[in-house]
Parts: sequence; structure tokens; C-alpha cells
Amino acid sequence: MLLELIITLVKVFFIIGVTVVFFAPVLTWVERKQSAIMQDRVGANRADILGFTALGLFHAIADAIKMFTKEDFIPQGANRFLHTLSPIIAVIPAILTFAVVPFGGQYELWGTKVNLVISDLDVGLLFVFAIASIATYGYVISGWASNNNWSLLGSMRTASQMISYEVTMGLTIIGVLMVFGSLKLTEIGAAQEDFLSWGFFMQPLGFFMFLTASIAENKRIPFDAPEAESELVAGYFTEYSGLKFGMFFMSEFIEMVTIGAIVTVLFFGAWHIPFLPSATLLSWLDFLGTNWANLVLMLIHIGVFFAKVIFFIWFQMTIRWTLPRFRYDQIMKLGWKILLPLSLANILITGIVILAIN
Amino acid sequence: MELLIFYPLAGICILFALGVVINNSPINSAISLIGMMLCLAGVFILQQAHFIAVLQIIIYAGAIMVLFMFVIMLLNLKGKGEDDKWQSRDNNLLLNVLSGLLAAGILYKLISIINEAKFNSPALTSENFGTVREVGTILFTEFVLPFEVASILLLVAMIGAVVLAKSKVD
Repeated sequence: MLLELIITLVKVFFIIGVTVVFFAPVLTWVERKQSAIMQDRVGANRADILGFTALGLFHAIADAIKMFTKEDFIPQGANRFLHTLSPIIAVIPAILTFAVVPFGGQYELWGTKVNLVISDLDVGLLFVFAIASIATYGYVISGWASNNNWSLLGSMRTASQMISYEVTMGLTIIGVLMVFGSLKLTEIGAAQEDFLSWGFFMQPLGFFMFLTASIAENKRIPFDAPEAESELVAGYFTEYSGLKFGMFFMSEFIEMVTIGAIVTVLFFGAWHIPFLPSATLLSWLDFLGTNWANLVLMLIHIGVFFAKVIFFIWFQMTIRWTLPRFRYDQIMKLGWKILLPLSLANILITGIVILAIN
Repeated sequence: MELLIFYPLAGICILFALGVVINNSPINSAISLIGMMLCLAGVFILQQAHFIAVLQIIIYAGAIMVLFMFVIMLLNLKGKGEDDKWQSRDNNLLLNVLSGLLAAGILYKLISIINEAKFNSPALTSENFGTVREVGTILFTEFVLPFEVASILLLVAMIGAVVLAKSKVD
């Protein structure tokens, strides 16, 4: 009982450490650097400590100091309570999703079974979806509580955009769970040991639609109409400063990690290496003894999983700096007139194929 | 242990429910309603009904309430001070009596159901109770007719909404 508790706590701290402490600040730097490279600029290199710039990595520290020390401004006539509450509602779901994301398989170490997921829920995939739908409120309430028309317009766009793309997301997920026959993310991950059974090969259309819908849910370019600088100042977070703005900022980057992780688990074989089953890898490591071999295998799997996640983060960033912002009506048209029928067709075809194979 | 979770959860749930009725500003009422639904999902989880709990969050808290908020915000664009409050209700005696009777009827029915219910009866909770597979199986075997009728009802409502909206646009 105590051992289980310790293992769970270690997993929780590991996930929070990786997402909030490591990924979120480092990604702000990566984003600056990548945009600089893609636009042929020198890019983030001004923050220095004693003349030493470390490729601009200190910008993340400078950001943190700035956010912590800036005045926390609440505009006149704003709802103070809701204004403070909404960034919290926005950031918590982003982290919470990781509770059901497996970042490795099951291993037996010194007689203890270690399952590398914080909570192996029976309804895992739906839980992800439920948490994503709660996140909407953070953005919707923030605009309303700011007492600013730009913010409110941003919130309206957020609400309609997130509802529209949740439909596509939900229908794509149905295709995935039809193929794998389970809602448990650990089982979906474990079912993709064979390279050709990766979700990407089973649901190629589903992968592209899911990625599109999740980028739209994250409101990043090309789907950033809710915060369109040239139209709405900064959209729903116009009236936010200091750490509250930082929370919105952070939740976007954490969500990028979450999207990467979910896409990896659903479509890209989770922690598995292509053409290299875990059993083969384990037999190579056999000289270490069973326990140590399992431990090394576990670390390799965690490494592979996060390598895939990093690839998808890079992919999202490349999309962000390649495409221009879609117009609001184009976003709606894409969601309802293209992605929705396509995802319904995807379910139909998946069903027919499964029926034919059986 | 179960009670230790249940009582705070149920207490907060009732507080939120009261908040929906008592609050003057519609947006606060809506937020209380969301809080109430989340607490209710917690109670469902406590009853081993994980699937229902997640659906409760996705459908009610996640989808329907967002639309509620959307509408409230759109109607309330100038909401400041007094305009923020609900319109004062008409003191229509007939309406008050009718709604009071309705509420009393629902309350009576609820209490009688609670009195008849068998709590903690072990026959109801099998090993797989509340899992997605179990709920799906029951839904498509024993309750297939009500299930399909409900879906047709939703489809009709959807088409009706489209027709109504379209006739105004054209």
C-alpha cells in the first residue's frame, strides 16, 4: 500500500516535472528559436548572464522573472473573482490530462509491478475528452470577466471554435476505439507493438483530422482567431498581465505537449520502437539480470515515448510558423463542412472494413 | 472511507445547486450549475459509474453549459451593475401556483423513489458494473428500443432546429 503510494507520487512528480518545469519553459525558447530560423533571423540571443547567452536559453528565466514581478492588473468594472479564476481553470485541465496518458508499458521490478500511467482509467480516452471540454470555460469566462469588448469577442470565438472542433475530435476518437476495441489508453498503447498495427496505418485519415482538431482546440496558428492580434488586440487575454497571463501562456505550451502525447499514444505506437518488439530488446539486455534489464527497458521506453512527443511538438511548431491565420468563417467552414462529414465517413468505412475482416 | 468522500461532495453539490437559484447574475448561476454538475460526476464515480460520470462532464458540463454561457454572454453584452441582474419576475399568481405544484409533485415523486430504493444491495453491483462494455451491452440488448427512440427524438429536434433557423434566414 505504502509502496504503491510512493510509486504513484513519483509518477505524478515526474509528469509535473516534465511538463511544467521542463517542457513549458524550454518550449518558449524553442518556439522563438524555430521562428527565428524559419524567418532567417538570428533570434532570441539578448538575455545574458555576464555576457554568456547560452543560445538564448536565459530568455525562459527572464520570462519567468518578468511574469512574477509584473503588476497584476484587474481592469475597472471587471469581475475580480472570475478574472482571477479563469486562468486557473485554463491551466489545470492542460496538466490534468496527463493523469491517464501512459508514458511506458508495464514492468516488473524487484517483485513490484510498475504501470507507467498515473491512473489507468477504464474510460481513459473519454476522460481526455471530458477534461478538454472543461478547459473551454477558462477561456470563455476570462473574456467575460475582463469587461472588455475585444476580450468578449475573443471568448465568443473560442467557445464556438472549441465546440465545433470537439465534435470532429470526438468522432475521430470513435474510429480509433473501433479499431483497438478499448477506451483504455494503456491497452491502445500496448496493442501497437507491431509497426503495421500503429494507429496511423489503421486510421490515416483519423490521424490528420485528430491533429487538425486538436491544434484548433489549442487555438494556435492557423486556428488562432480567438486571439488574433491584428483584429482583437490579444483576444480573451487582452486584460491579463503578470502571472495570470503567464498561466494562459503556459497552458498553451503544456497543451502542445499533451497533444503530442495523445497523438503518440493513439496513432504512433506509444512507447514502442518500430520493428523491435519489447521481448527482443529485453533478450538483448538479458546479461544485466532480469530486474536491471526491465529497468533499462523501462527507461528506453520512456525515452522513446518522449522522443515521439518532441517530434510532434516540432511538427506543431512547424505548422504554426508555416501557415497564415485562417479567417473565422474559414475555420467554421473547415470544421462543419469538411471535417465533420469526413469524420462520419471515416467511421462508416472503418466499420465496413472491420465487418469485412471479421 | 466512501462516506468521507460522499458527504463533502454532496454538500458542495447542494451549495452549488443553491447558488444556481439564489444568484442574481445569470453568469454566476451558470457557473454554479457547472460546479454542481462536476460534483454530481464525482458522486457518480463514487457509485462506480465511471462511464456515466464522464458522459455527464462531456455532455452537460462540457457541451450544453458552454452554449448556455454563450447565449448569456451574447444577451448580456452591456451587463453592468443593475442590467446584470435577472429581469424581475412577474408576480403572476397562476404561474406561481402552477410551478409550485409542479415542484411539489417532482419532490413527492423523488422522495417516494428514494424510499423504495434498495441501497447497497449487492445484487446490483457486479464486478464490471459501470464499465463502458457493460453499459454498452445493456444499452444495445435490454434497452435497445428506448435507446433508439431517444436517438430519433434527438434527430427530430435537430432537424426542427435547423428548419426553424433556416426559415428565418431565407
